[in-house]
Amino acid sequence: MFRFSTIKDYHTALQNGQTTCVEAVHFYIRAIEAQRELNAYLEVYAAEALQRAAELDARLASGEPLGKLHGVVVGLKDVICYKDHRVSAASRILEDFVSIYNATATERLLAEGAIIIGRQNCDEFAMGSSNEKSAYGPVKNALDHTRVPGGSSGGSAVAVQAGLCMVSLGSDTGGSVRQPADFCGIIGLKPTYGRISRYGLLAYASSFDQIGIFTNTVADAALLLEVIAGPDAYDSTVSTQPVPAYSKEIAAGADKKYRIAYFRQALEHPGLDPVIRDEISLFIKKLTAAGHIVEAIDFELLEYVVPTYYVLTTAEASSNLSRYDGVRFGHRTKVATEELADMYKLTRSEGFGKEVQRRILLGTFVLSAGYFEAYFTKAQQVRRLISEKTTTIFSNYDAVISPTVPSTAFKIGEKQQDPVEMFLADIYTVFANLAGIPGISIPLFTHPEGMPFGLQIMTSHFDEVSLLRLSAELMQLK
Amino acid sequence: MTKELYSKYEAVIGLEIHAQLATESKLFCGDSTAFGAEPNTHVSPVTLGHPGTLPVTNRKAVDYAIRLGLACDCTIEQHNYFARKNYFYPDLPKGYQVSQHTTPICKGGHVAIKTADGEKLVQLNRIHMEEDAGKSIHDLDDNNSCIDLNRAGTPLVEIVTEPDLHSAEEAWQYVTEIRKLVRWLEICDGNMEEGSLRCDANVSIRLRGETKLGTKVEVKNLNSIRNVKKAIEFEIDRMIGLVEAGESIRQQTRSFDAATDTTFAIRDKEEANDYRYFPDPDLAPFHLTAAFIEDIRKDLPALPQALAKKFRSEYLLSEYDSSQLSDEKTTAAYFESVVEHTPHYKAAANWILGPVKQYRNEAGEAVSLPDPALIAALIALVEEGKLSFSVASSKIFPALIASEKHPLQLAEEMNLLQVSNSDDLNQWVAAALNAMPEKVAEYKKGKKGLIGLFVGEVKKLSKGKADPKLVTQLLEEQLKA
Repeated sequence: MFRFSTIKDYHTALQNGQTTCVEAVHFYIRAIEAQRELNAYLEVYAAEALQRAAELDARLASGEPLGKLHGVVVGLKDVICYKDHRVSAASRILEDFVSIYNATATERLLAEGAIIIGRQNCDEFAMGSSNEKSAYGPVKNALDHTRVPGGSSGGSAVAVQAGLCMVSLGSDTGGSVRQPADFCGIIGLKPTYGRISRYGLLAYASSFDQIGIFTNTVADAALLLEVIAGPDAYDSTVSTQPVPAYSKEIAAGADKKYRIAYFRQALEHPGLDPVIRDEISLFIKKLTAAGHIVEAIDFELLEYVVPTYYVLTTAEASSNLSRYDGVRFGHRTKVATEELADMYKLTRSEGFGKEVQRRILLGTFVLSAGYFEAYFTKAQQVRRLISEKTTTIFSNYDAVISPTVPSTAFKIGEKQQDPVEMFLADIYTVFANLAGIPGISIPLFTHPEGMPFGLQIMTSHFDEVSLLRLSAELMQLK
Repeated sequence: MTKELYSKYEAVIGLEIHAQLATESKLFCGDSTAFGAEPNTHVSPVTLGHPGTLPVTNRKAVDYAIRLGLACDCTIEQHNYFARKNYFYPDLPKGYQVSQHTTPICKGGHVAIKTADGEKLVQLNRIHMEEDAGKSIHDLDDNNSCIDLNRAGTPLVEIVTEPDLHSAEEAWQYVTEIRKLVRWLEICDGNMEEGSLRCDANVSIRLRGETKLGTKVEVKNLNSIRNVKKAIEFEIDRMIGLVEAGESIRQQTRSFDAATDTTFAIRDKEEANDYRYFPDPDLAPFHLTAAFIEDIRKDLPALPQALAKKFRSEYLLSEYDSSQLSDEKTTAAYFESVVEHTPHYKAAANWILGPVKQYRNEAGEAVSLPDPALIAALIALVEEGKLSFSVASSKIFPALIASEKHPLQLAEEMNLLQVSNSDDLNQWVAAALNAMPEKVAEYKKGKKGLIGLFVGEVKKLSKGKADPKLVTQLLEEQLKA
């Protein structure tokens, strides 16, 4: 019987002939079939994945050099392009749309021998925190089917949680990788903005979006990042900084003592579940006992991060989503219209769900003449203050820790009525996207009611090495 | 319309010229910008605005925009970013146009034009970069509009003047000058028929002496210099007519009909479009160092107006010759290389604006021209009296182009060198006079005009080789005797 623990162990088993890629793919196809109710996948590429697995097995048998991700079974959030495969952003407006090119991340996965098993459900256009906003139905948390998995990359998180693939790629604009990782009890890594090319990632908010990684172990996250990060001629916002060999780097410096900060306002926030607050406080004591320096610092801007985030992301989204107009691809209204404008209105009203429409309207509003200065410009100013504050913090500390989410996974339907309450679920995660720094959620805790929750760690720009080392160490401390 | 009416009003005109930059690839992706391809063949996922695609700026386009800015004495903005101009249109794939509308790369500046009152500096407001849209074709199919996205994403500069022009003639001069300049800088082919250069005109009138601007009309899609002139002429007449009839001018966008040389309204006032400009988050701001701008300045070719000045002062050419020679870059460069080999500047100008230009017109602009040293040698032969200009241009020049041989060698081979040896000349002169005793008698009685006939006869006998100056001299001597 096939079992997956880490990519390293899987590779050893392959080399020793204890398993094959074909066996692994069969295992995942059966698992996905058995747990269809979770609604984690929108499409499974069973035949294709098996064929590729057979080719990879042949490659191993012939003694050819193997890729770093040889035979690794990967799921892609339905916002990442895979050539000649559909990509819909879980939206009706792209229901039958087939991508004609590979995202850079996809290209790099394939070049290192990965097997792409399917595309994973998510909130429509990555807008949501519960995965209830997919046009193709909600995703369920594998630990409790009445609860949400978090969002927007809910399907990708559940797929790793429930053993429906080895690792997944999601995207994180305001917490969409870290928050579902927290709700599902797995690792969710959002690298520095610009660490991974966004080419082929369907845009929500361009200056926030970053591809993220779901895994069970820090080592696997490090290896995935090493493969997909780095400069790209197709994305001028991606960094040209060299990519460290993260998978090797995490082993080094294990005895380092870190200077760690946490935001006083974050732990004192009235919306924070007291159990989570107490567990994190207790964990801080453990950290101190382990020899790390942990200090409370003030972060007066906490109340502003969610509004700032929503003003800027909806502004960018309102423009990014303009291309879905029914002219060249995707859904077009069947209703015959006299006026061009009516064709646009009907197409977009039929194709976009309510949450996407809400954000497009909000973004259009904050960019409009007469409101631009009061909203967009003001939010940009706050973002700049947050950036400056971030620089100051990381000149004194190696890392900042916080809860990932103020609560554990809530019930499906529980927060549907109040979008603002839903937005507040992002209060701890949006900071990293506003500042552009890397963040990770690691599964350290279990709530007495049975659901898991995580610890969020953030480090300075492009310091994923410290982020991953510290994560590996704290996973041990658990 | 009467002269008095025209002098009562002053026209105020501002022009916006869109010039397609002659880069090989588009402003934000590697697709070709070549004109005339099958529809929708230069369209990568980026041009199509497919989900997940991103722009990457073409550095050459930035370089070209700076070249133009420097040539127009603009201030070059060092800190630049692109903004998005949001609006829906079927030939705009992303639902926004990437443009520098809010922060132009070149500010201010001017372009010199010739007017009846001498040189005038037309003040520029700005030059900014943006991407072109695709083309909507509405008359190909009865039931559908067709979209061709080959042009979408082609780099443009928009050159915007201040409302600084006051007649159709000035506008004509200005567009002519811009076209010459972009060609000279090799940043745009200037081809208005293919849409490489497109012009919109903002026209208003006011009573002469008035400082407030009148209600303006924007005339779009002027696709030739002639149309710019005709459209403005029509608009000025139309506006004066309206005001004289006591009617008011409506703020409109109008289009030009080249079949009737008239304009017609497309829409009243500016539609209340809110383009929601904001910095494009897919493109990092770019900073131009002073050194980078300086390098481009050093690389700029000498500009036509500077060259014309140099030709007048250094080579003492006429205003006309100087301006003709500097009208086009290859011609000017060729003139400069020929005069490196000859002190006969005026003759060089005549050769280049005469036979050389004619040759280029016939053989095509891309044809390579003969070694300037050989042309200089040919000029020398004419100046020394060894060849007549007519023999040099009609016989030697074509042979020189074909063979690239030295003109002296060619003249010898073809036996065309003028004979100045007096024995031979005297023989021909004597033979000519002997053949026409009656005419000689008439000449001697005072019909001096007959000298031409004798010269012609000598020319015939010598098969064109007799130096006509010497022949005339000898004839006069002999006839005096």
